[in-house]
Amino acid sequence: MKQFLFFVRKEFLHLWRDKRTLFILFGMPIVQIFIFGFALTNEVKDSRIAILDEAKDEASEAIIHQLEASLYFDIEKNISQQTLVKAFREGKIKLAVVFPQKFSEQLQHVNAAAIQLIADASDPNVATTLINYTSAIILDYQNQIKGFQKFPYAIKTEMRMLYNPEMKGSYNFVPGVMAMVLMLVCAMMTSISIVKEKEMGTMEIILVSPIVPLRVMIAKMVPYFILSFVNIASILLLSVFVLDVPINGSLVLLVAECLLFTMTVLALGLLISTMASSQQVAMLISLMGLFLPTIMFSGFMFPVENMPLPMQVISNLVPAKWFYYIVKNVMIKGLGFQAVWKETLILAGMMLLLMTVSIMKFKTRLE
Amino acid sequence: MRVLRILLEKEFRQIFRDPAILRIIFMMPTVQLLLMPLAADYEVKNVKICVVDYDHSPYSHKLINKITASGYFTLVDYSDSYEKALRYVERDEADLVLQVPRSFEKDLVREDEAKLYIALNAINGVKANLGGAYLSSIIGDFNNEVRLEWMQLPRFNPQPLISILSINWFNPLMNYQWFMVPGILVILVTMVGAFLSALNIVKEKEIGTIEQINVTPIKKYQFILGKLIPFWVLGLIILTIGLLISRFVYAIIPVGSISTVYIFAAVYLLAVLGLGLLVSTFANTQQQAMLLSFFMMMIFIMLGGLYTSIDSMPNWVKTFTKINPVAYFIEVTRMVILKGSTLADIRTHLIIVFGFAVVLNSLAIWNYKKRS
Repeated sequence: MKQFLFFVRKEFLHLWRDKRTLFILFGMPIVQIFIFGFALTNEVKDSRIAILDEAKDEASEAIIHQLEASLYFDIEKNISQQTLVKAFREGKIKLAVVFPQKFSEQLQHVNAAAIQLIADASDPNVATTLINYTSAIILDYQNQIKGFQKFPYAIKTEMRMLYNPEMKGSYNFVPGVMAMVLMLVCAMMTSISIVKEKEMGTMEIILVSPIVPLRVMIAKMVPYFILSFVNIASILLLSVFVLDVPINGSLVLLVAECLLFTMTVLALGLLISTMASSQQVAMLISLMGLFLPTIMFSGFMFPVENMPLPMQVISNLVPAKWFYYIVKNVMIKGLGFQAVWKETLILAGMMLLLMTVSIMKFKTRLE
Repeated sequence: MRVLRILLEKEFRQIFRDPAILRIIFMMPTVQLLLMPLAADYEVKNVKICVVDYDHSPYSHKLINKITASGYFTLVDYSDSYEKALRYVERDEADLVLQVPRSFEKDLVREDEAKLYIALNAINGVKANLGGAYLSSIIGDFNNEVRLEWMQLPRFNPQPLISILSINWFNPLMNYQWFMVPGILVILVTMVGAFLSALNIVKEKEIGTIEQINVTPIKKYQFILGKLIPFWVLGLIILTIGLLISRFVYAIIPVGSISTVYIFAAVYLLAVLGLGLLVSTFANTQQQAMLLSFFMMMIFIMLGGLYTSIDSMPNWVKTFTKINPVAYFIEVTRMVILKGSTLADIRTHLIIVFGFAVVLNSLAIWNYKKRS
């Protein structure tokens, strides 16, 4: 036991002496929470749209006025048919609203007029959203000139937003950021730890000492385990007090699940470390190899059930997916352990498997 | 010139002698580019719906048939208990609950007004919004059908009607992969370039070989150029592989000229590698270099407009994206490949990124000290 504690102390000193690294490790979750909390939104606002008004009459101007009043758009009026394509190509506008000649006249006399919307669909979702917003504003205008009247046989729908009545994006990404930060910090740091000793030659000293491999590995995990605990606390504090995301479920359960996930990822990092030949390899695998898949497959950016079947199968291998599901249910929906026991078991199973494999792979001989 | 040639030879040898690194450099982007775009699908399909029908009338059945026939929805459960339906939502087995109240049909026909209740799982806002919008439009259609059954519509429009025609340029089929593939390619090229260059000089520091270089008459700029050029070549090779994948796997045929992409990429890579080398001259250990460059890359990538539109970000972030090289490259790649923008259209982007390249590389040369 004493031997083990010495080892833990050594690992702590390693971590503690590198102030720059420590600074980044603590800063990363905070910066991520701020980026996601304040910068990334899926809603569309201030989009640059162009108006090509061939009519320049009462009705077209009234609609333009309403578009201008909306927060969704930034309006560019100085555009002609010739410069339209160029403006799209240069990326200056995302949508163009085209009023034909005699727009008002058509509307008043024939009771029918057309407006053309041209969208830059290279980003399909923004295009769809912009078309929907613009159409809604135009239809609003149409209803105004129609005058208010009650439709017969009307079906009214009432919508209720469960769990997230204000439709805040942070409810979705806080669990995601937790998964991402823990994944990257823990996996990368532990993945270097063993291979670094190999590279520096200090591994030899450890190998000739009487300490058993299992203890070496656990000792390497302890400092990062504690570091992750601090990161979990800072993420939770920031999300509750800065982003107003509530913790609806049991805090104890939530933290316990976080720690379980941390262990799983630490084990993954150790596995990478025992297999990698150099620090560079270990880092590239743990960062490049884990960064995008964690974002893509955990389900917080892109819903898993939308993916083609093979991708859904692959996503099951990503621990972050299970963790994201657990945090979402416990933290946001406020469900208890009975709702997440299956996912917890899967994570625990992954952890045991990764631990076993990395201990088996740990070589007590130098090549 | 001869010095540079010899330095280059050394660097290339070092790269090619480490098969593990080479494999990662080429395999990882390829595999990720083959898998990621398939996963990155923002279109919402198969919204899972629970129907709670307290009415059990011909109209409620008709409505439910219409919803399931639309193709957007999968009916998970049809019951008459709201609590039961909520449990499906809790377990993520359903996304929304449609509740048809008792006397729905009677109210609709007799009172001229009936109500429906929709409860959405709103944790993922995009999905909730889209699902709700689909459902509302189906209900709207159903409403019109009911009206037609009971009323005779006049032949001419009695009221002004504006018809809206929308056209989708540049991506008429609204294929989300067209949008994602160029973006992901940029990220992969950037990551390989930034990480490798960040690790490189610091590795020589850690191993101690930098001392041997420092005592030679190699000039500082020669040393930095010797580090820069090999990764620049590698970056362009990865870009080529990526473009081939997007052409033959995703059938994305660039509308614009491919040489425009290469010209921009050539300048852009100089900037990214310069950043990596700068980090490398600052850091003392590979671990520091990697963390630092990853930390920066993460911010650049997240705020680069890959997933979320830069337009909708707050102003302070928009100001920041002006110094974010990743944002420029993502935008340019999409512009050229999807919209056919020409070199003239992207000239401002090109000049700015060229500026980054000059500044970052000068800083790297300046910060590289031959004395320790």
